[in-house]
Amino acid sequence: MGLSKLLQGDTGGQWLLGVLVVLAVVVPICNLWLPETSFFHVSTYTVTLLGKYLAFALLALAVDLVWGYCGILTLGHGAFFALGGYAMGMYLMRQIGDRGVYGNPLLPDFMVFLNWSELPWYWHGFDQFWFAMIMVMVVPGLLAFVFGWLAFRSRVTGVYLSIITQAMTYALYLAFFRNEMGFGGNNGLTDFKDILGFSLQSDLTRIILFMFSIAALISGYLVCRFIVSSKLGRVIVALRDAENRTRFIGYRVELFKLWVFVFSAILAGIAGALYVPQVGIINPGEFAPLNSIELVIWVAVGGRFSLYGAILGAVLVNFGKTFFTAALPEVWLFALGGLFVLVTLFLPYGIVGLLRRKKEVSS
Amino acid sequence: MKIRTIVISIMLGICPIVWADNHDLSTIAEVSGSTDKTGVFKDLVSQLSVKSLSKKKITVQAIAKLENDRVRPLLEALLKARLFYGKASPHPVYIVEVVDQGYQLTDAVSGQLLGIVAKRSIKKVRINNRFRQLIRGALAQRDLRAADAAVRLQAVKTMSKHMTPAVVALFREVSKNEVDEDIQRLMLAAVANADLTATDGAVRLAAIEVLAKTMQVEYVSALNEILVVDAEGAYVESDRQVIKAAKQAIKEIESRISWYENIQTLFFGLSLGSVLVLAAIGLAITFGVMGVINMAHGELIMLGAYTTYVVQLLMPEQLELSLFVAIPAAFLVSGLCGILIERGVIRHLTGRPLETLLATFGISLVLQQLVRSVFSPLNRSVSTPQWMSGSIDFNPVLSLTLNRLYILAFTLLVFSVLLMILKRTRLGLEVRAVSQNRAMAKAMGVKTERVDALTFGLGSGVAGLAGVALSQLTNVGPNLGQSYIVDSFMVVVFGGAGNLLGTLISGFSLGVATKFIEPYAGAVLAKILVLVFIIIFIQKRPRGLFPQKGRAAEG
Repeated sequence: MGLSKLLQGDTGGQWLLGVLVVLAVVVPICNLWLPETSFFHVSTYTVTLLGKYLAFALLALAVDLVWGYCGILTLGHGAFFALGGYAMGMYLMRQIGDRGVYGNPLLPDFMVFLNWSELPWYWHGFDQFWFAMIMVMVVPGLLAFVFGWLAFRSRVTGVYLSIITQAMTYALYLAFFRNEMGFGGNNGLTDFKDILGFSLQSDLTRIILFMFSIAALISGYLVCRFIVSSKLGRVIVALRDAENRTRFIGYRVELFKLWVFVFSAILAGIAGALYVPQVGIINPGEFAPLNSIELVIWVAVGGRFSLYGAILGAVLVNFGKTFFTAALPEVWLFALGGLFVLVTLFLPYGIVGLLRRKKEVSS
Repeated sequence: MKIRTIVISIMLGICPIVWADNHDLSTIAEVSGSTDKTGVFKDLVSQLSVKSLSKKKITVQAIAKLENDRVRPLLEALLKARLFYGKASPHPVYIVEVVDQGYQLTDAVSGQLLGIVAKRSIKKVRINNRFRQLIRGALAQRDLRAADAAVRLQAVKTMSKHMTPAVVALFREVSKNEVDEDIQRLMLAAVANADLTATDGAVRLAAIEVLAKTMQVEYVSALNEILVVDAEGAYVESDRQVIKAAKQAIKEIESRISWYENIQTLFFGLSLGSVLVLAAIGLAITFGVMGVINMAHGELIMLGAYTTYVVQLLMPEQLELSLFVAIPAAFLVSGLCGILIERGVIRHLTGRPLETLLATFGISLVLQQLVRSVFSPLNRSVSTPQWMSGSIDFNPVLSLTLNRLYILAFTLLVFSVLLMILKRTRLGLEVRAVSQNRAMAKAMGVKTERVDALTFGLGSGVAGLAGVALSQLTNVGPNLGQSYIVDSFMVVVFGGAGNLLGTLISGFSLGVATKFIEPYAGAVLAKILVLVFIIIFIQKRPRGLFPQKGRAAEG
């Protein structure tokens, strides 16, 4: 299936990819080659901010795939995101080497601080980039596999599933706060120096990370689009709308669900791995149940059941958050909460649904 | 005091025996102790002005034996060198407070304030260090024989911290006449502890036997000293019988301590469980009966807690009664708020549970921010009324805090009232009908809209009640609700949605389980383990402990 066939009739997707490609060209030029005084100069702060939004967009894509298409309202996707982030953070931590405050070549600062004498077994291998990258996908994928295998096989559905996914992320949230876990307790992992030998503070590295985020988002989008337009996609939509009927027709519903869930978790893990080097910190707060619910808000606002809608929602809501928390911090929660009530009441398919309806009315 | 006793007796069928015991005895003692002779006291006091220390000693000893309220202040003043006498004859004696203008006098006999005089006009009643020891001893003896059992208990407790031979002898003597068994036991144990080092084997064995019946940790370490071994592993102690008895006694004490510790943990567990049940039971109604996931439930709890806070602000004079105003007020505030949410939002999302979850989450954010803007983001503390503070101490290990006991009782009360409403009233009948088959109920003439609103109002009102209870345990802040929402969902899901009894059982069992795991795993890990347990449990029984049967289950 060629690219053109994949995007056939997907106007939103074409727009999205167009915008992303333009960004990938314009932002590096405006950041690196235009002088800082120029009106069109894009500051490194903005690049990082955009990179963060892109990571969130990838995460929203993952949520939309399971919720919008497969009907699993997950309230725990933040956990997969954070696990991916932690895997990346562990690599970056090991890269610090003896440049930490305590100058220990092997142990990260917080372990020295806790008087640990050797590296815990699960920290081994994270000094290798390739290993860390595999773990970024394996750890969230494995958790999703075990969790999903248990849950879908025993036919835990709907609200119950939502609540136990919430319990999952809450349990991890509490666990990662513990110093004994060996992930830096409530401070998390931070103070990163460089990635693959490139300093994280330099503009060029930031631009490269930004480009990687765009590349990840574009490929994520294309893969998701491929999945939902394939036969598999038809089946998961069918089981969303009538699970029992799909089962009686003869499909192994739980396997389809499990597949989508695990894939989505891996996508979320990658998003986390992109997020951490750009933001420079990962802490247990990312596991907070509230964060996972916020993800669902992004998707709902943008419009679920349309992949580009999720991306739109993630970027818009996060832009609003950046803007409001700086300008009117008191209003932000009112805005977010109000937005949520209004969207669910009046825009069941989000902004995208609204646009679609307008189009139908005018045509 | 009386109301408290009655309430507690009802709550705990077992313990009132101990409680009432203390009480009756102290009343008897009060009556028998009122034989004061003011005349004798006055005469003796005026003799304190004599120069001779030996005569003074006799006088003080005589005074110390008198049953009079003024004896204690007098002797204490003497200890602190604040007792003076005037120049008139017979010498009037004063207790003196040093103030800027001179000496503030209090009549030692009557306790009347007499005004301020110049320093020169009165003379100090002089004593020396030996004399002070005598007074301290006399005061201690007095306390040990005091009419009020609480005073005696306190005296025994303070004195057993420094067991001198004199105190041992005193305890030995006083304990014979002690009427309160608890105090007597304390004294005998202290004496026995001293007897452990005696030379006579029989005395030591008897002492060990007494100690075996106690449950203080310090006696275990005292007994352990008998079992000290030397470098070769042989006992330093030569008396085999004593060693055997000491081992036995340690075992007995430790098993008794751990038994009571278990009861204490059980109580903490039930207390945590009662909070969980209280927080979850409103959710069980809205989620279980209506199928609505109300993420704003935690914020309704918070509103209840803030209502308590506001009520206390409004009636600072009647702090003791404010809770009784706060309970209905919180029910109304949260209930009305709930009805508003139902009419405004949830009604439009019937049959779409996931959207309801999201919308109510939005409401919870708005409510949180609202409270933050109105009351500030800082925590507010709600004061606990007098009748709710304090604790009942059964023994050194087991003591039950009153506020937790009351909340436990309150939970059971709220639960039974809710059960009554659902099982016995017309509204309850309609609620159950609608929850089982909405269309059919509507066809039979039930006003489903009205029932929905009332059910939601009821569930939210109960959340408000939970807020009142929580305000007595923790500080009240905008995040109060959030910290309970995950737990409450766990309780409802574990118990099985739509089943109030299931919620009760699951709340209590989760609370007790958490508290019993805590000593081994720590608080955080205990919570994690419970969460993991629930996640796994749901796989086995996707509809909870007590699933709804029949068609209602196929929602």
